Amino acid sequence: MIYRVVVALLVMFLASATARAELTIEITQGVDQPVPLAVVPFGWSGTSALPENVSEVVAADLYRSGLFALMSRQNMLSFPTSAQQVYFRDWRLSGMEYLLVGKVLPQPGGNYRVEYELFDVINEQRLLGAHINGSGAQLRRMAHRIADAVYEKLTGIPGAFDTQIVYVTAQRFSADDYKYQLQLSDADGARPRVILESREPILSPTWSQDGKRLAYVSFESRRPAIYIQDVSTGKRERMASFRGLNGAPAFSPDGRKLALTLSKDGNPEIYVMDIATKALTRVTKHYGIDTEPNWTADGRSIIFTSNRGGMPQIYSVELENGWVERLTFEGDYNARGRLTQDGRHLVLVHRNNGVFHIAVQDLKTGRFDILTETYLDESPSIAPNGSMVIYATQEGTREVLAAVSIDGRVKFKLPARSGNVREPAWSPYLQ
Amino acid sequence: MRLGNFSKVVAVAATVIWATGCSTTSTTSDSSDAMDQTAQDTQDSASSMGAGSDSSMSGGDMAGQSQGMSEADVAQLSTVFYFDFDKAVIQSSDLDDLNAHAKYLSENGMARVVLEGHADERGTREYNMALGERRAKAVARYLGVQGVAAGQIETVSYGEERPAMVGHDESSWSKNRRVELRYER
Repeated sequence: MIYRVVVALLVMFLASATARAELTIEITQGVDQPVPLAVVPFGWSGTSALPENVSEVVAADLYRSGLFALMSRQNMLSFPTSAQQVYFRDWRLSGMEYLLVGKVLPQPGGNYRVEYELFDVINEQRLLGAHINGSGAQLRRMAHRIADAVYEKLTGIPGAFDTQIVYVTAQRFSADDYKYQLQLSDADGARPRVILESREPILSPTWSQDGKRLAYVSFESRRPAIYIQDVSTGKRERMASFRGLNGAPAFSPDGRKLALTLSKDGNPEIYVMDIATKALTRVTKHYGIDTEPNWTADGRSIIFTSNRGGMPQIYSVELENGWVERLTFEGDYNARGRLTQDGRHLVLVHRNNGVFHIAVQDLKTGRFDILTETYLDESPSIAPNGSMVIYATQEGTREVLAAVSIDGRVKFKLPARSGNVREPAWSPYLQ
Repeated sequence: MRLGNFSKVVAVAATVIWATGCSTTSTTSDSSDAMDQTAQDTQDSASSMGAGSDSSMSGGDMAGQSQGMSEADVAQLSTVFYFDFDKAVIQSSDLDDLNAHAKYLSENGMARVVLEGHADERGTREYNMALGERRAKAVARYLGVQGVAAGQIETVSYGEERPAMVGHDESSWSKNRRVELRYER
């Protein structure tokens, strides 16, 4: 097979600095009794306007977790920026339990220092006091890190706000005129940039554990092929373009191997490729469909979707001895499993009464819960702290992204301005 | 002619058995479903071919026998073949057109076709990619049994990525579960 050069294919690294967030966040369900929290607008002593409103980003992150009820700025009686200016009684009377204050200070060379303090209003106690330095371009990330620190202090779980997502947008102009883009944005949808554009389908993007590389399937040669792309440089390599299917890539936890689906030997089977040598090891051997591999955290097993029992279900296979075990038994369609980092929960696509939802199975107790009520849900991807699952769904006639907490209590949508958005993949923690 | 018909029946049966075999399961109920499906499809195919023989004076048959198929004849044929949900079984109503494509391809050794397999939007994308391939391969297998050389056929699955209809109901889905046959120029 000859690979034709598709002229329309472009690899771009950064949209212009004026690019605005394409995705916005809309909370559709929070916890029953969210914790009252006040994030006071941070002080700023500089002369020119700040490139980012740091405290607003922090507040939006914490609000999006669904766990906190944020006090509106209009209701605040004062705007303290440090401990000396805090009158706990005022905040207590306003019904607040926690209070975050801070200030941004100009530094030489156009850099910034953000100082922040978190207080327990009821016990009049300082819980956190820290500072973070960076450039103007890093202000958003600094804000996400502050939100991560506050979230961890108040919930005991590390925050995952300072992370990114990749997703695919698709626009259809006519029956054979499409535009597909692979986009990378902050986890809150801000700062989107196109990292691959093609007239042919792009799907199944996935991250390496160090957050430095992406693997995905692109039809740019008019056939499916798997690529690995360096996130910061955009440099990429075609890893697999065998006859038949080349799909569902998944990096091993150590980043040295890629699990993938190939049908070069006749049937869709799971293989493991050594990334450095491209040597292949076949993992499954069955006349049914085997696809959608995903590694366990220890790298010793792979979970995958197979219809070897008649309908798609999730199985696991131990790489050392090829031992296969069926994991799901609830209903007649369970596919595209993803494991939480601790290996405890299996998140998957489940069909219930003909409708596709995201569900979670506790692998220890066997408990099975349907998490979503949206329509045609697919492509779940778990935040690195295991708190939220981002997934693709249908709203009206459009494909949009949505997220649900792993306990089903918090839900939000990320509506896009235009086009279809699909195939989200949540990054690991970033360095 | 009788021999021709016999080989057709064998080919259909082989294809249907192969295709259902792929979805045959270890559970008892599913296996019996698959067998029912096989029996029904074989019967349908046989009856539709019987009807073809009865009208043996039809223009198509005459042309086929005497001078082979022209490109103009091929242009009249259906190039999109539809499938049931989560199935990769060729429908008996498509066999006449597939047979004609097979005849043209076996008479024109230089002709090449690409079979594009597609799925509807329900279910996961990579699983649907596999399903689309399974459909394309079912058609390829059928053409192969009819005498088309393997080197003339190429299959590619687009899964649910390229729907023919963009609606979100069965009327669109039924048009999206398909294999498109395209001659390479």
